[in-house]
Amino acid sequence: MNTVSNFDLFAPRLADKNEYFSQGHRACQGCGEALAVRLICKALGEDTIISNATGCMEIVSSMYPNTAWGVPWIHVAFENAAAVGSGVEAGLKALRRKGRIPDRYIKCVAMAGDGGTMDIGLQALSGAMERGHDLLFVCLDNEAYMNTGIQRSSGTPMGASTTTSPAGKFSYGQKTWKKNVPEIMVAHRVPYVATACPSYPIDLMNKVKKAREVKGPSYIHCFSVCPTGWRAASDLTVSLGRLAVETGMFPLYEVEDGKYSFTIQPEELRPVEDYLKHQGRFRHLTSETIAMIQDGIYQEINNLQDKVDNLHSWSELKQKKG
Amino acid sequence: MAKRVGMEVAIAAAEAVGMCNVDVAACYPITPQSHIAEHLSDIVADGRSDTEYITVESEHSAISAVMGASGTGARAYTATSSQGLMLMHEILPIVSAMRLPICIAVANRAVSGPLNILNDHSDIMPQRDAGWIVMFTENGQEAVDMSIQSFKIAEREDVMLPVAVNIDGFQLTHMVEPIEFPDQKDVNKFLPPARKPYATLHPDKVVTMGAFAMSDIFSEMMKAKNEVLKNSKKAILEVWDEWERMFGRRYRPIETHRTDDAEVLLVTMGSMGETAEIAVDEMRDKGVPVGLVKIRLWRPFPFEEFKDAVKKAKLLIVTDRAVSFGGPGGPVFSEIKSALYHEKNRPVICDYIIGLGGRDVAVSDFVTMMEQAIKDNEKDTIKEYEFYGVTE
Repeated sequence: MNTVSNFDLFAPRLADKNEYFSQGHRACQGCGEALAVRLICKALGEDTIISNATGCMEIVSSMYPNTAWGVPWIHVAFENAAAVGSGVEAGLKALRRKGRIPDRYIKCVAMAGDGGTMDIGLQALSGAMERGHDLLFVCLDNEAYMNTGIQRSSGTPMGASTTTSPAGKFSYGQKTWKKNVPEIMVAHRVPYVATACPSYPIDLMNKVKKAREVKGPSYIHCFSVCPTGWRAASDLTVSLGRLAVETGMFPLYEVEDGKYSFTIQPEELRPVEDYLKHQGRFRHLTSETIAMIQDGIYQEINNLQDKVDNLHSWSELKQKKG
Repeated sequence: MAKRVGMEVAIAAAEAVGMCNVDVAACYPITPQSHIAEHLSDIVADGRSDTEYITVESEHSAISAVMGASGTGARAYTATSSQGLMLMHEILPIVSAMRLPICIAVANRAVSGPLNILNDHSDIMPQRDAGWIVMFTENGQEAVDMSIQSFKIAEREDVMLPVAVNIDGFQLTHMVEPIEFPDQKDVNKFLPPARKPYATLHPDKVVTMGAFAMSDIFSEMMKAKNEVLKNSKKAILEVWDEWERMFGRRYRPIETHRTDDAEVLLVTMGSMGETAEIAVDEMRDKGVPVGLVKIRLWRPFPFEEFKDAVKKAKLLIVTDRAVSFGGPGGPVFSEIKSALYHEKNRPVICDYIIGLGGRDVAVSDFVTMMEQAIKDNEKDTIKEYEFYGVTE
């Protein structure tokens, strides 16, 4: 099945023609997560098994007796996608060793939203990464509990109004900075960590392909625009993803063997207001709060640049004296 | 011919699991399960079992990981106790709903509030309605035999359900008992070395597992789960018959001791059965015709067998090792009362809540319970349930 017109003309070398995440799912109009999952699956290919946490993606894709999944897929609960993925990986390893399944490489992938990754699923994620399973974990970060009705998570950005961090007379909404899970993954010595966004489809698919080649743990933090939860127009999904990168709200980088590098780096950052102004969740922000968010972006980008410039890869460090 | 060895029961249970060609085990340490988890890791480290052993970071992840493994078609095992089982609670009904034949050993321990590491049944009772096959062992030999049987039962095509084997913590897990291990070649004959691949996660045949269901189909799924669990009794009996033919030891859902002409019956579940047997013998020696009924299979509850075992009784003295707070006493008591409600000749039924948080229950305690219940029954002053031996 191929839903792209003129695919053979434009993209035969760039993307798998086959669809492993099919049309007909129940995602909202303009869902950035559905777009991300479709591209991620193309990059992973058919020899993939996905363990999915409870959340938007599970609900929109698997209403019995229908399924959108063209690859083997299992959902158990909310906080345990990484643990289920660990078991899938261990099961395949044992069965392959004992000759009960064909001796062929199959990539195990776990997927969860920001809540299932950064909040309730963080322990299982940490455990799986620490144990070193051959498992790619993908966080589909739409920056709040969208499936339950836009409640704040530790992925919600500073200043965003959600149903549990509402803007009001005495509050400007979310009062905390986004938890830096990619950094936590680097601290686990995960050999491949990256941030990605489906508004940069080739960059996203390249990162997934790299992660697929890692025979060990890997982590991709995928920015997933949510027009419904962000109170934005559904035709702005791709633009909003680009604006997040162009303003530095969501920098695209990867960490290979401990070595940081930007994969998409705007020559000059656009003012954050260009990104915020399209979204109802930021509508209430005063110029002071916007200035604070702008400062936070500079701090984070400079922090990243400092790592890119000064940190060595773990293998380089092995060879250095002192 | 297999020879008898003296061995700690937890170690023996792990040895038994080590004979079952388990593909994936995931364990998180908790007292008093820890000797099972440790010894199984020893068996794997020594290469005596070709098993992927995942040292998970919690019991929640233990049960989740064995689910993922079982999803691929692997034979999967875990073991836990008390708080660990409570942490698994969320996942247990999903295992049975997805028909994954996972086996678990529960080294029964009191559930916290206050913290207590010793034995009772308050950990398994909240899991009663999870849709699992739940069995109790009485001694080390049973812990070994039933650990092996559990894989055979779970993986049968007409069952495909998870099985929990309860082994009383400390009172059983930490006792050294004489144990007769079956020969490995006989175990291989009894238990196929590999699970039959049913619906499994593999790209060669793409499946979606764990889809969500709305009200149009949810009730039908719950009914189906109930039916398959009820029907599993037939398969359990067949597996036990086969075990008896091969290894000579007989297992029944309800077992009895000197019940033939007894009008007064004591009811136990788990390791206290052997102590209660001695108490019954002592009462018999004094000329009091009492008997003992032991429940081995808790889910599916063997209504038929239980009713048959107590049909001539005038007085039934149930013992419970957990409390249904604010309810009818203990969970076993409530089960039995409802099971006998429609019987024409119902015995008088009373309940003693005993052995909580490791409180020792001696032969003399069972004698006291029986004597008191008989006396109270004669005077018509019998209490429905009471906490036995509690300092007021």
